[in-house]
Amino acid sequence: MDVRVANVRKEFDRFPALRDVSLDIKSGELIALLGPSGSGKTTLLRLIAGLERPTRGTIYFGDEDASNKTIQERNVGFVFQHYALFRHMTVADNIGFGLKVRPSNKRPTKAEIRARASELLDLVQLSGLEKRYPAQLSGGQRQRVALARAMAIEPRVLLLDEPFGALDAQVRRELRRWLREIHDATGHTTVFVTHDQEEALELADRVVVMSQGRIEQVGTADEVYDHPNSPFVYGFIGESSSLPVKIEDGQVWIADRPIGLSTPNVPNGEATLYFRPHHVELLDECNGCIAGTVAASRRVAGTRRVELEIGGGRERVEIELPVGHPATQKSRVTFRPNRWKVFPKVVE
Amino acid sequence: MADPELYPADQLHEHASLATSESPASRLLLMAIAFAFLGIFLVVPLVVVFEQAFAKGIGAFLEAIREPDTISAIKLTLLVAAISVPLNLVFGIAAAWAIAKFEFRGKAFLITLIDLPFSVSPVISGLVYVLLFGATSLLGPWLKMHGIVILFAVPGIVLATIFVTFPFVARELIPLMQEQGTGDEEAALSLGANGWQTFWHVTLPNIKWGLFYGVLLCNARAMGEFGAVSVVSGHIRGQTNTMPLHVEILYNEYNAVGAFAVASVLAGLALVTLVLKTLLEMRYGAEIAATRGH
Ligand SMILES: Nc1ncnc2c1ncn2[C@@H]1O[C@H](COP(=O)(O)OP(=O)(O)O)[C@@H](O)[C@H]1O
Ligand SMILES: [Mg+2]
Repeated sequence: MDVRVANVRKEFDRFPALRDVSLDIKSGELIALLGPSGSGKTTLLRLIAGLERPTRGTIYFGDEDASNKTIQERNVGFVFQHYALFRHMTVADNIGFGLKVRPSNKRPTKAEIRARASELLDLVQLSGLEKRYPAQLSGGQRQRVALARAMAIEPRVLLLDEPFGALDAQVRRELRRWLREIHDATGHTTVFVTHDQEEALELADRVVVMSQGRIEQVGTADEVYDHPNSPFVYGFIGESSSLPVKIEDGQVWIADRPIGLSTPNVPNGEATLYFRPHHVELLDECNGCIAGTVAASRRVAGTRRVELEIGGGRERVEIELPVGHPATQKSRVTFRPNRWKVFPKVVE
Repeated sequence: MADPELYPADQLHEHASLATSESPASRLLLMAIAFAFLGIFLVVPLVVVFEQAFAKGIGAFLEAIREPDTISAIKLTLLVAAISVPLNLVFGIAAAWAIAKFEFRGKAFLITLIDLPFSVSPVISGLVYVLLFGATSLLGPWLKMHGIVILFAVPGIVLATIFVTFPFVARELIPLMQEQGTGDEEAALSLGANGWQTFWHVTLPNIKWGLFYGVLLCNARAMGEFGAVSVVSGHIRGQTNTMPLHVEILYNEYNAVGAFAVASVLAGLALVTLVLKTLLEMRYGAEIAATRGH
């Protein structure tokens, strides 16, 4: 089921949690909403589900306008952040709930519901736990039950709010791979919320980066990582260093000298240079480069990271050096970014 | 412990008191104080009630109970409880639901209103109804014209009892429902349940123990209420006397055996509810702990 969010705004007591958000979700896609806490991810997910109504804008399911449909009519599977399992029901009853409450002409028989529940338990690899109560399950097991329960109603769209947020790192990684497998096996259109970029980049077909109620960028993991289109995305996804620079006639200047980077499309004036710590080229002699002195150094797995003071200590950037590089404290290092981007300073 | 919810509820209590354990002597002292206090203020009076009731033998007791006015008082008390408790059950759920699950203006005011019967003297609650429905009130002439009798009759007693016992169910449910939030209800709706199914299959099971306690307390108070009922009842023997009122009348007539016999029946009803509650707690202790959440 294609889902289209068109110019949606959502206010809570005048506070805009979402401002003019538009997003196309393709049928069968696994998409991640990624952003810091409070950026509006849950709100967007709840709007798609029908748990909230947009203040403005429209939500389409396929070609039909679903904005005014109730959550029951939308037929979505929603996995809540804290699972919201029914604690007085067994695992099997939890999973069968959505079938049991169907109107009598569409309701499967008890035996069919039971069979469907154990089929889904197989799928989420929990067979044999039918009779347990939620309180007798581990966090990861509850998460799987919640997903099985949401899938039991054969939803048109599957929505998951921070599905692994409450689990420890080891279980998270396992479930992540497992969710991808389930998605590939069942082909549900799936949207999940996360504030963990590693999770989003590894799992999703496309990542929607959100900040302060807006969508900053939509793209594959490669696109948002390699071609961030805003300072926010540069800073939020992966590691990045930034330096205040000046643009003059398409040349990037730091203080009073050009550093050998040209950017013809950026207008003259103040701007900020962004690059990743490992996208640098070390230079021996400097005619047009960035020069700094080592202020701190640390070992990160197979590489070494140094913090450089630029321009007499006013700015600091981090770059990556080969482990064997001779630079020590106070050494002078000269380099030039080989992949980078300049964003003009936004006038507030 | 990482996540207490992973363990069956009945294993949890073993961990509870390790850090805060007292020395054996002070523990004994605290327990002695608690038991002595309960003994002097609760058990002894209760024993005295039963002792007085049977002071002149079981024959005199049975005779006092079989007295027509007494039977009528018992019936009236049960009738009043049978009407007011179910109504307050429904009101209580509705009010708690509104307060716990929705945001709206005037919520704080509504909570204050619910507490009103607790903070106002029952006598005043009764007087309010006299002012509202009495012969000289605004409504009085209209009621008289239509032949509706409220004051000094069963409807007045029921109204006063409802008013006085209103907070019990709501007060028990509000914190429980607030703590549970709306997550389970949203999950049920997302799975296609309608409002009624959500209430019946999800909300009600989550609150049933709180509801049960609320109803027990509400019932105990409905049967035992004296002040408010006294003002609106009119004390007509055999017609508008509830058990507490009847006890007072008999006592004022120096009919000690009669007074204590009725009192012991009233106390007996309270004891039955208490025993019922304890039995259910023993039977479903783990489940109660689970739905109250940790
Ligand atoms: N029901 C609500 N009432 C008032 N404000 C809300 C409500 N839900 C969310 N918000 C606000 O909207 C903003 C976005 O919230 P949310 O969508 O939950 O963010 P995220 O899931 O990205 O952390 C936050 O500032 C939050 O405080
Ligand atoms: Mg959230």
